[in-house]
Amino acid sequence: MTALTLGAAINAGLSEALESDDKVLLMGEDIGKLGGVFRVTDGLQKRFGAQRVVDTPLAEAGIVGTAVGLALRGYRPVVEIQFDGFVYPAFDQIVCQVAKLHYRSNGRIRMPLVIRIPWAGGVGAAEHHSESPEAYFVHTAGLRVVAASNPQDAYVMLQQAVASDDPVIFFEPKRLYHSKGEVDLDADLSDAPPMHLARIAREGTDATIVTYGAQVRTALDAALAAEDEGISLEVVDLRSLSPLDLNTIAASVRKTGRVVVTHEAAREAGLGAELVASITEQCFEYLEAPPMRVTGHDIPYPPSKLEKHHVPDLDRILHAVDRVLDRGAGAVTAAATPAGVRIDGGVR
Amino acid sequence: MTYTQTQDSSIGRARHHDDEDALRLLESDGTRVAEPTLDPWVSDLSPHELRALHRDMVLTRRLDAEGVALQRQGQLALWAPCRGQEATQVGTAHALAPGDFVFPSYREHGVLLGRGAQPADYVLAWRGEEHSAYDHTTINAAPPQIIIGAQSLHATGWAMGAQRDGSTDVAVAYYGDGATSQGDVNEAMVFASSFRAPVVFVCSNNQWAISEPVTVQSEFPLAGRAPGFGIPSLRIDGNDALACVAAMRWALDRARRGEGPSFIEAVTYRMGPHTTSDDPTRYREPGEVEAWAERDPIARLEAYLRAEGMLDDGGLAEVARAADALAAEVRAACIGATTRAPETIFDHVYAEPHAGLAQQKADYAQYLAGFEVSR
Ligand SMILES: Cc1ncc(C[n+]2csc(CCOP(=O)(O)OP(=O)(O)O)c2C)c(N)n1
Repeated sequence: MTALTLGAAINAGLSEALESDDKVLLMGEDIGKLGGVFRVTDGLQKRFGAQRVVDTPLAEAGIVGTAVGLALRGYRPVVEIQFDGFVYPAFDQIVCQVAKLHYRSNGRIRMPLVIRIPWAGGVGAAEHHSESPEAYFVHTAGLRVVAASNPQDAYVMLQQAVASDDPVIFFEPKRLYHSKGEVDLDADLSDAPPMHLARIAREGTDATIVTYGAQVRTALDAALAAEDEGISLEVVDLRSLSPLDLNTIAASVRKTGRVVVTHEAAREAGLGAELVASITEQCFEYLEAPPMRVTGHDIPYPPSKLEKHHVPDLDRILHAVDRVLDRGAGAVTAAATPAGVRIDGGVR
Repeated sequence: MTYTQTQDSSIGRARHHDDEDALRLLESDGTRVAEPTLDPWVSDLSPHELRALHRDMVLTRRLDAEGVALQRQGQLALWAPCRGQEATQVGTAHALAPGDFVFPSYREHGVLLGRGAQPADYVLAWRGEEHSAYDHTTINAAPPQIIIGAQSLHATGWAMGAQRDGSTDVAVAYYGDGATSQGDVNEAMVFASSFRAPVVFVCSNNQWAISEPVTVQSEFPLAGRAPGFGIPSLRIDGNDALACVAAMRWALDRARRGEGPSFIEAVTYRMGPHTTSDDPTRYREPGEVEAWAERDPIARLEAYLRAEGMLDDGGLAEVARAADALAAEVRAACIGATTRAPETIFDHVYAEPHAGLAQQKADYAQYLAGFEVSR
């Protein structure tokens, strides 16, 4: 085992992927000499050359679109989008082309493409640098969408994503880039849990918190704090956002009977909505309280001085835990809703 | 270099990242040279106007230094330095009329100065208090753009509107060399050309898009692309303020006369890092920076004005005082900034009431109030 930051673990995973298959190539803005703006690709161009680690022109649609062509030619491109907010110029290529080519060609065309996206907020960044666009991709059939929450997963899942014959959107929680964890660099990949399976990040009995990415860390902190009050929280780290590992989620919810879903992305039609709907369908008779969501607000990502009010923190999670546990203190939302106020789409 | 039609592909290839073939009126040492394309456009510049040009460049540099200092002191989250690009920014902005409208990138501090931005306007966004601090209607400038190249389409659309309104106002899009790779910038040229929109594209070719040299974006001079879209272009020395004024006047005049869009490639150099988070030593040679330091835009204009007897030590000292005063105001605006109330993050998402969001705002205010009670 080696202690690595999440960023270094991805670097190691990319290095392994380049090493083991000469059809793998990296493409992106500033990924060569600079090693990427987060230094995730540091040293890779030096080691594998500019033909394998390609500095591209500043054009996201161009990067993804040419990766489609390279994939058609048998390559396995791993493209880096510099920041979450800059994936939108490539959106058309991703949802219309990357996601659909296998289907459109009746399975004749493979799109073994990985799109790495440094993702979400909490690092005091400028506008457009803290977006959580996962729901757009989850909503698009044909894409696999994963999010690593720790160095070990990042190292393994990156290699699994490269090995996958499906296109994978690979979200890297940027506020965890510098956080360290043990990574087993020698482990046999075939022994690792596949990337489509969720992980129980912490076992508990009173309620389940379902989350992913950097929020896993926040949820674990919340679980630790809850423990002091005698509450035992289970934390499920989704790892795969599409497809969802509903078996693991449902097993946890059936055990605890209570569930809080948390993510940083906006609430409306976010992943939480999908999760709560699926949990309700599958676990209705086990539920002791309505599932609750703790999410970013339905606003554009705010300026960084105010982001702490947008990204759900430990307190907001515990507040929701109180409510699903029926511990009085909650009920804030109910109390704040004056009788007769109808929340519907009519006024929108 | 003047490109009015598609050029032979051999032209300029080897040297296009340098400024040797760029049109100029001032040599690096401030010597005034004749340049027939540009000369007519600056023949009427008065000593007063020339001094104002110099003054605004000095102010821009001082403002920029203050931005970097404030970032280093933890007062700003980030800053994008513009040192070295003062002539391009101030020169082109000086040519504008009040009714013209600029669509800037995040680095155009000198352009905003020219539009009348106030001290707080420069720092609140970089501090993380606002996404955009200034009122676009008072300074006729769109919010600074971070999504590379997107503003080129907005400028073109604004110009199409001006054209419909029968006005002589012109839109100006500012972007870097890297931006020319984006679809948006190319689409903007298609629209501008097809509709003969009164828009000027000012490409500050500062040689680098973060770590990527301009050669990664293009094998051919950027100014050479525009004619392929039907847009005439000039490749000018972006460190020569006179050339920048002249080229911009040429382009504005074309637009006002109904001749449509123009493209200006201002060949300049970003002396500092891309932003305060960047480490340029990883990707560029110190020798390159030194070579460009010798082509400094402010020193060049200063030498010219001194030689012409338009500026002396007293005048320079006065400009330095004005620069210090601006820096002090910017600093005060930055340090004095207060972070607004949390609930305000829900404001202005929509122009019309939105029941769901109003509810979220109320819920969150209630939630925060709970902490105050329990404290
Ligand atoms: C669509 C998009 N992709 C990537 C980025 C990240 N980024 C910010 S500035 C920059 C380089 C821009 O270079 P250039 O256009 O030459 O302008 P300069 O910064 O040199 O003034 C990049 C890649 C971005 N802001 N927007």
